Amino acid sequence: MFARRVFLGGALAAVAAGSARAQGTTGGATGPIRIATAGPMTGQYAAFGAQMKAGAEQAVTDINAGGGVLGRQLALEIGDDACDPRQAVSVANQLAGRGVRFVAGHFCSGSSIPASKVYGEEGVLQISPASTNPRFTDEGGWNTFRTCGRDDQQGQVAGKHIADNFKGQRVAILHDNSAYGKGLADETRKALNANGMQETLFAAYTPGERDYSAIVSRLQQANVQVVYIGGYHTESGLILRQAKERGMNVTLIGGDALVTNEFWQITGAAGEGTLMTFSSDPRKRPTAAEVVQRFRARNIDPEGYVLYTYAAIQIWADAARKINSLDPRRIAEALKAQGPWQTVLGPISFTPKGDVTVPDYVFYVWKNGSYSEI
Amino acid sequence: MAYALQQLINGISLGMIYGLIAVGYTMVYGIIGMINFAHGDVFMIGAFIALIAILLLQLAGLMDGPAAILLVLALSMLFTSLYGWAVERVAYRPLRGSFRLAPLISAIGMSIVLQNYVQISQGARVKPLEPQLPGGFEILRDGHFVVQISAIQIAIILTTLTVLAVFTVLVTRTPLGRAMRACEQDRKMASLLGIDTDRTISLTFVIGAALAAVAGTMYLLRYGVIDFYIGFLAGVKAFTAAVLGGIGSLPGAVLGGLLIGLIETFWSAYFSVQYKDVAAFSILVLTLIFLPTGLLGRQEVEKV
Repeated sequence: MFARRVFLGGALAAVAAGSARAQGTTGGATGPIRIATAGPMTGQYAAFGAQMKAGAEQAVTDINAGGGVLGRQLALEIGDDACDPRQAVSVANQLAGRGVRFVAGHFCSGSSIPASKVYGEEGVLQISPASTNPRFTDEGGWNTFRTCGRDDQQGQVAGKHIADNFKGQRVAILHDNSAYGKGLADETRKALNANGMQETLFAAYTPGERDYSAIVSRLQQANVQVVYIGGYHTESGLILRQAKERGMNVTLIGGDALVTNEFWQITGAAGEGTLMTFSSDPRKRPTAAEVVQRFRARNIDPEGYVLYTYAAIQIWADAARKINSLDPRRIAEALKAQGPWQTVLGPISFTPKGDVTVPDYVFYVWKNGSYSEI
Repeated sequence: MAYALQQLINGISLGMIYGLIAVGYTMVYGIIGMINFAHGDVFMIGAFIALIAILLLQLAGLMDGPAAILLVLALSMLFTSLYGWAVERVAYRPLRGSFRLAPLISAIGMSIVLQNYVQISQGARVKPLEPQLPGGFEILRDGHFVVQISAIQIAIILTTLTVLAVFTVLVTRTPLGRAMRACEQDRKMASLLGIDTDRTISLTFVIGAALAAVAGTMYLLRYGVIDFYIGFLAGVKAFTAAVLGGIGSLPGAVLGGLLIGLIETFWSAYFSVQYKDVAAFSILVLTLIFLPTGLLGRQEVEKV
């Protein structure tokens, strides 16, 4: 009985492997080219997954309308990592197994970094539209690129801004212990100290919780006027909301993870005056005008990372056309050596590590439910 | 001093919510000796039903004042009870009399089912709600530091105490309570003596779900942001509370909830915020080493 079960199991595995191979070959010589975007399509940070999905779908539609890449159409796969490092690895394996050659993702740095190792081994090119932790490209192999900036650049801008504009005030720095949050908080602290200011409190909180009253009371006890949070919008929004409910007069400063309208839904009026660093609004760039209109026609606001995802796919398609090959390694070499690449974000060139050469972080402020550049 | 008082208030209102959920774990454990891992998700469903009720009332222009909140609470308790009943009927009753682990695995499966059900039907995004019970009272002012108790914190504490009082009376003074305690002691004997044990167990699940609905509603009103995943973390904390207080004991669950809430809050207040869970679980471990049945748990008597 036991032996028979083993045999059955073996047969099933063989069938599964066979079908996987079959799928792999359809991604081979003819038929559509499989590319993917992966990010938090579900879970707490699903708002960002939706941004990536919107950007990727539009890019694939536009490229296919223009004849595809090397005469072949693109087929988009969506991977859901729920911003969980373990799930990111299994999604990466899944996508690689399905014959995907290029991934525009992931969103969370904590997901992108472990996934990049899988992609590296499987020969998949990865361009993240949003993962800002320096380790992503510092430790990354041949295959890691990003269309966004890095946290050390972002932290420098934030730390300097705080030192310049909030001189003499008491500053607390909080983070959520994620690769993104802690990295950003560390860099901001470094820049703040380099500019001659010391933080009053540096602490981590547990993401996913709802009750931050203990931390909020602690902030009030320390008489803090400025709170810098390296973390995502849900927790940042809750901490701010609970602080304002206690009647505290604090300014929240955050990173690029606050660029979603969901932040305002959580804070309501308490979010007024919140500052955050993000690149100068891609929606307003002349290169994006036409694409932005296409998004608006579909009733999608191309906010946050929508255009970054669009650009990642654009760059990959351009490079493939230019060298007339789909080989991910050769595309990676071309991305670094050639360029600049014309994208909706404007021209982009890559450093040998795979970072963009000209990151531009500026400050945004939340007012009346929307954010705008200062 | 003022700071400690504020953290005490924070800790109690957090602990009350843990306690309310913990009661559901402890009641089910007491009566059928299984951990209902889906209970955290029943709590999440309670919060969602409360949110839907509030939005519907707002649409009808009736969402105004404490009466409306009581109505929301009642609706949430009613519908969540139905879920609690259905969960027991579908996932646990068919397995009664099966080996001990079967309903436990079934409970984990049920938890996944409920989470995904809400994720698909309500969407994966967080659901925000603007404050419904704004305002609060200033108790003390010490320089720049204000000790405050918000209206919703008062509501949480009062509601929890009332609900617990009602259910304690239910369990200790009514025929249903007597039947529940009889099932707890010896289910076979109870059924021989004419107690409908299936019905009693069903009602236990209904009561547990109603309490989880109260917790869910309070949670929604206090924090204003829910998603399909909140049941997991809250469930783990409440389960810990139930074990700490002595699983199977009603007052133990509340005591455990309060303790977990207070330990977490005070640890975040005076030590490193990021290690508060380590602190709470270390105390759980220490307690269980010296008091294996928890703080108020009864010694298990081996029946021969």
